[in-house]
Amino acid sequence: MKKIINNADHVVQESIEGLVSAYERYYTKHPEVNGIIYRNRRKGKVSLVVGGGSGHEPLFGGFVGKGMADAAACGNIFASPDPGTICQTAYAVDEGKGILFVYGNYAGDNLNFDAAEEILAEEGIQTAHVRVWDDCASAPPERTEDRRGIAGDVFVMKIAGAACDAGLTLEEVKTVTEKARNNTRSIGVATSPGSIPGLNKPTFELGENEIEYGMGLHGEPGIKRTVMEPADVLAETLYVNLLKDMPVQSGDEVCVLVNGLGSTTVLELSIIYRKIKELLDRDGVMVHDAELKSLCTCQEMGGFSVSIMKLDAELKLYFDQPCFTPYYAKEGR
Amino acid sequence: METLSVNKLKEMILYVADQIIESKPLLTELDSAIGDGDHGIGMEKGFLKVKEKISAMNPSENVYDVFTATGRALLMSMGGASGVMFGHFFAAGAKNAEPKTFLNPEDFIALMQKSLNTIKETGKANIGDKTMVDALEPAVQAMKMQGGTSFIDLFRSAESAAKEGAEKTKAYQAKYGRAIFLMERAIGHQDPGATSVWIIFRSLREFVEKFTEGKQAG
Repeated sequence: MKKIINNADHVVQESIEGLVSAYERYYTKHPEVNGIIYRNRRKGKVSLVVGGGSGHEPLFGGFVGKGMADAAACGNIFASPDPGTICQTAYAVDEGKGILFVYGNYAGDNLNFDAAEEILAEEGIQTAHVRVWDDCASAPPERTEDRRGIAGDVFVMKIAGAACDAGLTLEEVKTVTEKARNNTRSIGVATSPGSIPGLNKPTFELGENEIEYGMGLHGEPGIKRTVMEPADVLAETLYVNLLKDMPVQSGDEVCVLVNGLGSTTVLELSIIYRKIKELLDRDGVMVHDAELKSLCTCQEMGGFSVSIMKLDAELKLYFDQPCFTPYYAKEGR
Repeated sequence: METLSVNKLKEMILYVADQIIESKPLLTELDSAIGDGDHGIGMEKGFLKVKEKISAMNPSENVYDVFTATGRALLMSMGGASGVMFGHFFAAGAKNAEPKTFLNPEDFIALMQKSLNTIKETGKANIGDKTMVDALEPAVQAMKMQGGTSFIDLFRSAESAAKEGAEKTKAYQAKYGRAIFLMERAIGHQDPGATSVWIIFRSLREFVEKFTEGKQAG
């Protein structure tokens, strides 16, 4: 397996240095920890800090920017950041109005962000968190809180960032961010494995002609392994499963993200979206915004996920605020 | 009754730290087979921070401060679930403990029992889940059976139970961590977290043996 790195122990540090240096107009790196900080933060508002394991780029660092996150706390490859990193990153962007943490619902992240919040509370800093659990293949609906966070993170961070910018209180930001989380579902299909930089083997085995529905971002087991199928069949299977979990009705408005897992091309994502749109049209569901990008990845993993966020007037208001990061940008509307 | 002073405990923790750091290649090898290969790196990072913090620790009259500082250094520097769990290993049992200038074996048993409880509650892990609990729980049981007579006997019994517990993890499928994705493919490999627990108890035994030998010689 060819991997373009220097030393496996230094990939996180070196990649953050490169990213921050390329986008130095917007970013600075925390001097002590692996925190990515937005330079032109709006003052006097609730601060949004996101974070999680590295290796999923552009998640999380790439969503730091205008109208999005104020900072990202980055862990080692596929491992949660430690509470030291989380607290230091939070101090760097604290405006005295409270900190909202948004991160994916994984055991390691939950433990470390909870520990960080405890420390911040001892120091009198108000905090709250919203855990993203959009992957509807990872646990049944009655166990939503066991579900993992995948590409739906992007919608949740977008809404949270806009709500912070609008000057809402911590409690209000948390409430609208939870609504975004509760209105978002994702499901994916894997066509080939990713890898851990420096470890010369795939994160899981998948036969040449095999695919797995519902497989997680780190190769967590999915719901069904089957043979490779045409794009339209893949798209329809995901769509049917998504709508089983989140009843979307004729007349509803949604945002759609077709997210590549790493090695899947925009050409392929476009063919998938074409079918998803056809199905949404058939069901009378209106697309307010769509995106075809690889935003939440697992290195060179193949496949894609489809995320849908159902809008109401409030979510639409915040979604329509302009935002700009090097990897995610929307014009205001 | 045999006791350990604050300064002796600091020396003991520094000795444990060196042994863990020296074990990095073994831990990396075990974790590469079933995890993402970073357990050795994480433990090294954590125990380097422990050495820094313990060496620079303010003078204290309370033995539990040493455990709290050790646990906090691991928690604040390692990341991942294991950072929190190994933080609890040292710090959870010391939380709200009545300050003492000397630690006796009974105190140590009580501390480890409390830490084990917190680890099991936080991680929702039990024996057979292929985690550090597989080494820690038998070690705590063995120490309770042994009773608080001497640190040497205490650590010998803990080490031998932890070693046996860590070896048994080869037979288990994982329920937590990256290894769950391997399902039955994790069988045959020893859990790195349980192995770290064994190394910690082994180091405690070695330290007290050397300390006692030194005393006899002197």
